[in-house]
Amino acid sequence: MGAIGKFLGRTHGKRGPDWADYVTYLYLILGTVLMFGPVMWLVTSSFKQQSDLLRFPPRLLPYRQEMVEVSGYDEPLPLYVVVFEDGTTRELARVRRVGIEGHHVDPANPEEIIKVNINQTTPVEQVVFSFDNYIRGIERFNFLRYFVNTVTVTAVATALTLLVNSMAAFALSKYQFRGRNSIFVLMISTLLVPLSVILIPLLLTIRSVGWFDSLIGVIIPSIATPTGVFLLRQYMLTIPDELLESARLDGASEWRIYLQVILPLARPALAVLAIFSVMWRWNDFLWPLIVLQSSEYKTLQVGLSSFSGELQTQWDTLLAMTVLTLLPVTVVFAFLQKYITTGIATTGMK
Amino acid sequence: MRKLSLVLLLLAALVMSVAAQDAVELRMVWYNDGNEGEVVRDLLDRFEADNPDIKVVIETVGYSDGILQQLPLQVQAGEAPDLARLTQFAQLRDYYLDLTPYLSDAETFASYFPAPLLAAFRPDGDETGIYGIPTQLTVTGPYINRTLFEQAGVEVPSDTSDAVTWREWVDAAQAVAEATGTDYAVAIDRSGHRIAGPMISSGATIIDSEGTVTIDSEGFRAFAEELKRWHDEGLTPTDVWLGSGGNYAPATNYFLNGQVVLYMAGSWQIGNFDANIGDAFDWEAVPNPSGPGGSTGMPGGATLMAFASTEHPAEVARVMEYLASPEVYAEFTARTLFIPGHLALPEFEYVTESESAAAALNVFVAEVPKLADQAWALQLYAHFTPLANSMRDRLTQYMIGELSLDDAIARIQQDIDEAIAAAGG
Amino acid sequence: MAEGGGIRGEYRVRRTLGDVVFNSVVDFFDGLFRPIQALIGSKRMPYVFVLPNLLVFVIFILIPMILNFSYAFTGGQQFFLADRTPVGGDNFAHLFDCGNFLDPNTCREDTFWIAMFNTVWFVVLQVGALVVVSLGTALVLNQKVKARAFFRSVFFYPVLLSPVVVALIWRWILQNDGLLNALIVAFGGERLPFLVSVGWTRFWVVFISVWSQMGFYTLILLAGLQSIPTELYEASSIDGANRWQAFRRITLPLLMPTMLVVLVLSVIRAVQSFDIVYAFSNGGPGTATTFMVQYIFNTAFMPPNQYGLAAAASLVLASILLILTLIQLRVGRQSELA
Repeated sequence: MGAIGKFLGRTHGKRGPDWADYVTYLYLILGTVLMFGPVMWLVTSSFKQQSDLLRFPPRLLPYRQEMVEVSGYDEPLPLYVVVFEDGTTRELARVRRVGIEGHHVDPANPEEIIKVNINQTTPVEQVVFSFDNYIRGIERFNFLRYFVNTVTVTAVATALTLLVNSMAAFALSKYQFRGRNSIFVLMISTLLVPLSVILIPLLLTIRSVGWFDSLIGVIIPSIATPTGVFLLRQYMLTIPDELLESARLDGASEWRIYLQVILPLARPALAVLAIFSVMWRWNDFLWPLIVLQSSEYKTLQVGLSSFSGELQTQWDTLLAMTVLTLLPVTVVFAFLQKYITTGIATTGMK
Repeated sequence: MRKLSLVLLLLAALVMSVAAQDAVELRMVWYNDGNEGEVVRDLLDRFEADNPDIKVVIETVGYSDGILQQLPLQVQAGEAPDLARLTQFAQLRDYYLDLTPYLSDAETFASYFPAPLLAAFRPDGDETGIYGIPTQLTVTGPYINRTLFEQAGVEVPSDTSDAVTWREWVDAAQAVAEATGTDYAVAIDRSGHRIAGPMISSGATIIDSEGTVTIDSEGFRAFAEELKRWHDEGLTPTDVWLGSGGNYAPATNYFLNGQVVLYMAGSWQIGNFDANIGDAFDWEAVPNPSGPGGSTGMPGGATLMAFASTEHPAEVARVMEYLASPEVYAEFTARTLFIPGHLALPEFEYVTESESAAAALNVFVAEVPKLADQAWALQLYAHFTPLANSMRDRLTQYMIGELSLDDAIARIQQDIDEAIAAAGG
Repeated sequence: MAEGGGIRGEYRVRRTLGDVVFNSVVDFFDGLFRPIQALIGSKRMPYVFVLPNLLVFVIFILIPMILNFSYAFTGGQQFFLADRTPVGGDNFAHLFDCGNFLDPNTCREDTFWIAMFNTVWFVVLQVGALVVVSLGTALVLNQKVKARAFFRSVFFYPVLLSPVVVALIWRWILQNDGLLNALIVAFGGERLPFLVSVGWTRFWVVFISVWSQMGFYTLILLAGLQSIPTELYEASSIDGANRWQAFRRITLPLLMPTMLVVLVLSVIRAVQSFDIVYAFSNGGPGTATTFMVQYIFNTAFMPPNQYGLAAAASLVLASILLILTLIQLRVGRQSELA
């Protein structure tokens, strides 16, 4: 109980480190392993060959079998260490495998075929981080196109979300007008209905405005986020009205007040919304899956999902594509992490 | 001079872009089991070279996500592609394009394909329309890994007997798996269509001549219990049926990787196995196991359908006519190792050096006359998709113990009755 | 703009390139909006500001919701509302046709009730675990920890990953030949059927959704903790209170408003869970992890495409969420008053 008590208490430790500190760091290190470990495992696995991926127990690093050129054979052959009955070992190249029997040749003497039970052979391997899986995946997966589409959707939708939501939030926080509260309550209450249950009527609507199977059909419905309006409105409420009044006295139009007074002051909240929006749009899956039909418009998540459906347990390319999909957000996060986490912590939920 | 050439270049570009705009672009949704996507692209490239006014864009999608889930939704929403290759043709039969007025010789065209199949494409009340073509016929049936049998020293049951039951097959496969340290004895795709053949062979009478569906029968129970046994005793990779939620899931990779002895799939896998197993082991197709209901697989097939919402019906018909022409169809079939659904093909040879592939094709072709009438009736049944899905999902519930077999059977019956009612209005 | 004095400094031009561009954009739009303001008067300008958002909102959220409402009272498989047959309350009657509401097997639409019960235990377990883990992590991070910013990011990182990616990562680890089973075997255990047994799949669905969301709630709770004035703790330690008492009497009560936000948000999200489960287990094995939204999705999008039934179920779900949220807010307000 004492330890827990120390734990739950606030900052302490003017004396040296006590064992509550050790527990703290143990917790943090375990947490790091649990949070990063799965992703690291994904990354190292993505460099493995299919045969290495099927191996149980799996090995930490990607190994690749050594291949040798043997005269008389068009393709390079895999190299094995063969243990003979008399205890001698030789490095032989395998020509083919027939059931439990391997047909081998000595690279130095490729004429003679040596037949050995495969249990007597072990592959000659070394650690190689090879990008084969990535290359094959990119060839089949059309990564570049999906990437460009996803970036387009994310960038345009985020810019529009910021603009449209901040305008609405400005009106809802800084003006008294008829219908203000009803509009606000109506918007917030729709948070309760998940998108996935209104897919059919939404699809109908998209069709009737002619945006089916187009990126704009993914972008526009996503920009009027109730969360964004709520977050920005709460933040703008804290901006003193006197600033607006004196700007009006200076002859500024309402639009200029919005752009030059409100927006700069709401920057922290806008930054948080921008982060959320980028995250949401980058990771969107269900709606793009339904709306986008042509492969030229598909986004990464949709591509990855149909790719995983198609490949089933063909993990090699699938893992590589998964890494490519999470790479961009990870890089952005690595550079902006401090800003992102403090931003959300201090602004997100006032 | 320089300026002039620049102007000429611009003009040329303009002319070309106008020409390109003139070409009608047709969208064709397609899925792949093996190399058929490449082959059809190759054939269409030739078609486009001869018909510069038509360009066919192939949208390759995943089978489960794209064909089974997304396509019906888009079709119903009025956003169908011009053409699509699919397997659940009955589900969408209110949305197809009647090609008859656009074909240069509709009568000959119709004579290329089995009449009952063309009839199954038609909406209620239509007796003559031509709505699509089968790209292939398929028959379901098991494959074995013969190398494993040899290593285990177990005799392949079908080598000596013409009527091997499911139980005998699985027992033999189990012995092989145990002797060779193979992970699993048997695997079957997670699909109502795949289990329908074994069900009928086991004596189930799912559909009668009037089209009435009755789930509860001795044979149905027998095979359902057998399927559960495979899972309970660890004979089959449980991931396929239990780890896939409510979707279709193939067990193909277990067979490709040599992790299973006997795999119940169908003729569409031949090309895939031929290309991807190589000489890793000897694989072969074997006749469907026998039972009180005969020795039947399920017929099936992928069909290429035209959709009524197209803006270019004449061009769609020309593409169809091209793909249905005996020479083109024969080349498609020869290169994909499919069983043709065409009745007027010239002689052709399958493009493969593999004896396994040729042998497997022969086995499946020999399965066609053995198909039970009931199997045909079921495949052409208008509500087969919801029925097959319900069989698949409810039997999964039975296998993990959520439902008793009695309850599962009652639920399938209820599901199909409600599906019929829903379709009726 | 008038020159001189006072508050104008707040929005005065600073002469960096970005500001110059920004200002010319402002001037351009100001030119567009001034006539509007002159026409309708500054009192009506808020309508102009709210209009774009409202338009998108009405067309793409509100109208679909109203359409959804109409779908709930129609039957058949037709996609377009106009083609469908009105059936009154039949869809609701269908959903609530039960011999015994506690036993899904006695219900006509058994999967609806299975999904309902699954959602209940999922929400309880997931929100419970999420709050405990997030609070614990926030408390740890609230101490004098070296590299706090780093650890804060560590816990936040999975929040960024898409549901599809999260599901793939964990399927890869949990599969029969996966890393976790390898570790178990290495320590002398037997492989466990993580992805095919009912119990394990349920456990992992909860685990993974906590794993992927806890970073967000940790940040919010951490912010709440840091807004508690230090003097309160100093005063209580002078009074001789130990840390546990300080936690009970100061931290918890002052954290309540933040906790309320966390609870409301996480309950809404848990009830609406779909993407991760869809990509991870797709509701299986059998119906073990089929939750409400997945049920609605399957009913609508799998043959025989019962759109009306799905719409009815979604209305039931929305009502439940509304009631839950109102209860939470009321309880929250009462505890704040007390």
